[in-house]
Parts: sequence; structure tokens; C-alpha cells
Amino acid sequence: MSQATLEIRAISGHSGSVPGAGVRREFDVCKLIDTTTCIGCKACEVACLEWNGLSFSETVFNNSYQTMPETQWNYWNLIKFNEHEREDGTLQLLMRKDQCMHCEEPGCLIACPADGAIVQYVNGIVDFQQDHCIGCGYCVTGCPFNIPKFSPTARKVFKCTLCVDRVTQGLEPACIKACPTGCLHFGTKPDMKALAETRAKQLREYSGFENAGVYDPPGVKGTHVIYVLHDASNPELYGGLPKDPHVPWAVSFWKKPLKWIGNIAMIGGLLGVFAHYLRFGPKIEPADEETPRQGGAAPRTGTRDPGGRP
Amino acid sequence: MSATAILANGRVLRYSFHERLVHWLAGFSYVYLLLTGLAFWSPWLFWIAVVLGGPTASRELHPWVGLIFVFATLLMYRMWSRQMHETESDKEFWRALGHYVRNEDELVPSADRFNAGQKLLFWGFLWCGILLLLSGLILWFPHLIPWSLRYLRYIAVIVHPAAALLTIGLFIIHVYMGTAMERGAFGSVIRGDVSTGWAKRYHRVWYEHLLRDAAARK
Ligand code: HEM
Ligand code: SF4
Repeated sequence: MSQATLEIRAISGHSGSVPGAGVRREFDVCKLIDTTTCIGCKACEVACLEWNGLSFSETVFNNSYQTMPETQWNYWNLIKFNEHEREDGTLQLLMRKDQCMHCEEPGCLIACPADGAIVQYVNGIVDFQQDHCIGCGYCVTGCPFNIPKFSPTARKVFKCTLCVDRVTQGLEPACIKACPTGCLHFGTKPDMKALAETRAKQLREYSGFENAGVYDPPGVKGTHVIYVLHDASNPELYGGLPKDPHVPWAVSFWKKPLKWIGNIAMIGGLLGVFAHYLRFGPKIEPADEETPRQGGAAPRTGTRDPGGRP
Repeated sequence: MSATAILANGRVLRYSFHERLVHWLAGFSYVYLLLTGLAFWSPWLFWIAVVLGGPTASRELHPWVGLIFVFATLLMYRMWSRQMHETESDKEFWRALGHYVRNEDELVPSADRFNAGQKLLFWGFLWCGILLLLSGLILWFPHLIPWSLRYLRYIAVIVHPAAALLTIGLFIIHVYMGTAMERGAFGSVIRGDVSTGWAKRYHRVWYEHLLRDAAARK
């Protein structure tokens, strides 16, 4: 993975074309998270903080292993725990590493109005550029995974970068590097997809997880972070992983049809009043004392009357 | 209506200083909201925010100016709401709209202080202002909305621009009529007075009322 993977594919709030998009062979990166071999040690959380220079956040106790309810603007990687009671009464401790999914169709980027505040690289990484961010929080609304978080101090939004700075230099993301069980993998999207499918098949055939499968949701055209789940039919169990995520329809409606209806209506309104002026002209200010004309029709207003101005 | 009267120079006072002040407080704050709002509406108009002191400043100031706009709108409500109720002649006005549009004003029923179109403008801005305020508050603090209530954010991103568009339609017609189309109207909201001819043609009921008031006071 070289500098070439930092070619930009899409830019938020940008009028015009995207410079350089599609000129080179695409090279999609992907992070694979195998929830079935995660032990919840949180090494990835620490590695994330270390690499990105973030300070540790205070934890809360809520009668489970969950250390905080969700990711934060300065805490981009969080293990979600769920004690799931199965039908046969046995307990299953589900652990899922939650972070930005780097959607192929990113709702945050679609929603963002600021030119260049969010870019999607050709390699699939969706990255926030805080120097262009205006802190409006539209991305918070656009994201189907509850990932972008507003910083009240910086008044800008932050999230996982997929360690774009490491990836550019040919390194894997910090979380991958730290994982002691090997449940995290990093490579090209086709390779990771194949590895994930192999693992899911193994789980189905040898470990008795009939519903094991790969989470690579088509609603957002696939993600550059994919999961192997013991029960792919029920992703909600894994700390609220959405079953069929897609860019919220309100956001799609707002950014496409509503924009067009609005633009046409506004331009139509301006042209309309201009056409009215050309056709009918102004209502000339009437004379102070109108004397009705004798015999003829009532005086037409709007006809030019030089004596009419006071 | 106590503030309006026949002036010594024969002209008619249409808007008091207070009314003009409130009108322009609303006017200037609305134009700022419109320009900064349009900047975030479309990437092709983002330059407006750059011109107006930078996109970050525009994002920070738009909601505050929105509060000023809502304040001015509420003052207008206090000033004018009693004169804005629909009357029988307003219904006739809408039936005669074609004549009004074709500048055949003698075929349009005479209006009281405000005609039916002005009343529509008033109520349209008032109701849209309320919608803009409610949705604007959500857009102001989207990060404070918990994930379980995220549909509030979805409603806000539709309602805010939709209500803004309705006001833009009203605004285009309002500005066109107040400046280019109805000669004499702009002066009424700047200097405050109109000619008697103007008062008689467009607001005869109001004008006759003023004459009766003036006669009674003598
Ligand atoms: C009533 C109080 C108002 C509040 C609290 C408010 C708040 C907001 C906020 C927080 C945003 C997000 C971006 C930003 O901060 O600039 C926004 C966007 C916007 N506002 Fe307002 N606003 C108000 C009134 C208005 C009015 C009167 C208009 C009339 C034109 C308007 C038009 C817009 C538009 C067009 C957008 C962009 C919508 C989009 O991105 O599609 N706002 N408003
Ligand atoms: S807050 Fe999000 S949507 Fe708004 S400018 Fe920043 S990145 Fe873009």
C-alpha cells in the first residue's frame, strides 16, 4: 500500500469533479474483525489511543464489561459487550470491536456541506479533514452507524481514520498490530472477504454455528471493515450492529430530490417575477387626487401618467 | 392603528418608526440567514459562506441570527396580528387575483390596512419561522440528540430546508413587489409615508378609516 492509495475518490460538499479519481488501478483496503476469536482484551482500544495520541477517557460501570456506552470524539475504537442468553439457556458473551466502518457509500460524506471536510480515498478509507470541517454535525445525521462524534472543545467532528497515516506508509492500522489473538486482519478487500468467508464456513461446518456469516452490508454498498459473526442473521445482538444499514432515506431525500425541487423552484421564482415585470411592468404610483375621466372607461392603472407622481 | 395618521404635508403615515425598525430587523437577519443557509444548501453556493467571513463563522452565527429573526417575527406578531385576520374581502381578493397580477387594480376589492397577499406573507413567515426555529434547534445541537431519537435529526434536515424554501418563495414575491412592482411601497417602509393616491388605490378601506378618525378628532 503506497502513496497511490491516497488518491481521492470522493469529496464532501464539493462542486465539480474530483481531481485524479479513477486514473489508476483501484486497490481497496479492508479490515476484518472475527468476533468469534475476540477475547475483549481491549488491546486494540489502547493501541488506537496510543497511535493517535489521544488521552484515556473515563469509564463508567453499568453492571457489565461495557466500559463506556459508545465511541467518543477522542475514543474511536470501543469493544461492545453483550451477555446474550441463548434459547437453550446458555450464556454467550458477544464482543464486537466498534469503529468507523468506512462505507463504500458513506452517509457522512453525502451529508457534509463543507468542501473537502470529508474525503474518500480510492482505497476506500473515509477520512475527516478537520481543517475544512465547520462543525455543523450533518455527518452525525448522515452516518447509519453512530460513529462521527462532535468535540465541544475543538467544535469539529472526529472519528477513526483507519490509521490512514500508517496505511500510506505500508503499515497495518494500530489496532490490527496490537491484537493478541489474531482476530483482526488487514489486507485487500477481496483477500479479506475470502478469508472471512472461509472462517464463516468453518464455523458453520465444524463449530455448530449454523448462522455464522460475514457482515459486509450491501445497503451502504459494502464496508471496508467487515465482521465474521457467529449469528449473521442477528447482527443487532452485537452491541446494536444495524441489520440493514443504509444512508438514512431522509438524508438521501434531502441531498438529492429536495435539492432539485428547491433549486428549480427558486430559479423559477426569480424568472417568474422577472417575466412578470417584462409583461406587465410596475404599478405606477397613482396621482394624489384622481379625477375620473369623463365618459371613457375607468382609468387603467399601470399606464404611464407623467403627472401622476406627487 | 393609532400610530398612523394623515400628515401635515398631505401624505399619509403608513408605518411608524417602531414598525419600520422591526421590519428591517427581520429583513436584515433574514437575508443573512438566507445567504448563509444557501451556502450550506449547495456546494455551488458554498462561496457565499467564504465571502461572509468564512464557513465556520457562518455555521456559528446562523443559529444566533436565527434567534434574532424569530424575535423580530414575534414583535411583528404583537404589532400586526390583529390586523391580519382574514376577511370577506380577502376572499374576493383571491378571486380577483388575475386582475391584481395584470395591474388592473380598479377591479380588485379595496383592502384594509393589509391586503390578502400581505396577510399570506405574514402568516406564512410566522408559521415557517416556528418550523425553522424548532428544526433549527435540532440542527444547532445534533450531537446532543441521543441515537435512539435520531429520527428527530432526520425530520429536521427535511423540515428546515423545506420551510426555508417556502419562505424564499414568499420572500421573492415580497421583495419584487416592494421594490420593483408597486411604486411607492418601498418608501412606506423606509420613510414611513405614502401619498394619498397610493393609500386610496391600494388600501382604500384603511384610508377612509383614517379620514373618519381624523374627522372625529377635530
Ligand atoms: C429560526 C431560527 C433558525 C435556526 C436556529 C437555524 C439553525 C440552523 C442550523 C444550525 C443550520 C445548520 C448549518 C448552520 O449552522 O448554518 C441551518 C441550516 C440552514 N438554514 Fe437555518 N436556522 C434558523 C432560521 C433559518 C431561516 C429563517 C432560514 C431562511 C432562509 C434558514 C435557512 C437555512 C438553510 C437553507 C440551511 C441549510 C440547509 C441545508 O443544508 O440543506 N434558517 N439552520
Ligand atoms: S461536522 Fe461533519 S458534516 Fe459538518 S463539516 Fe464537519 S465533517 Fe462535514
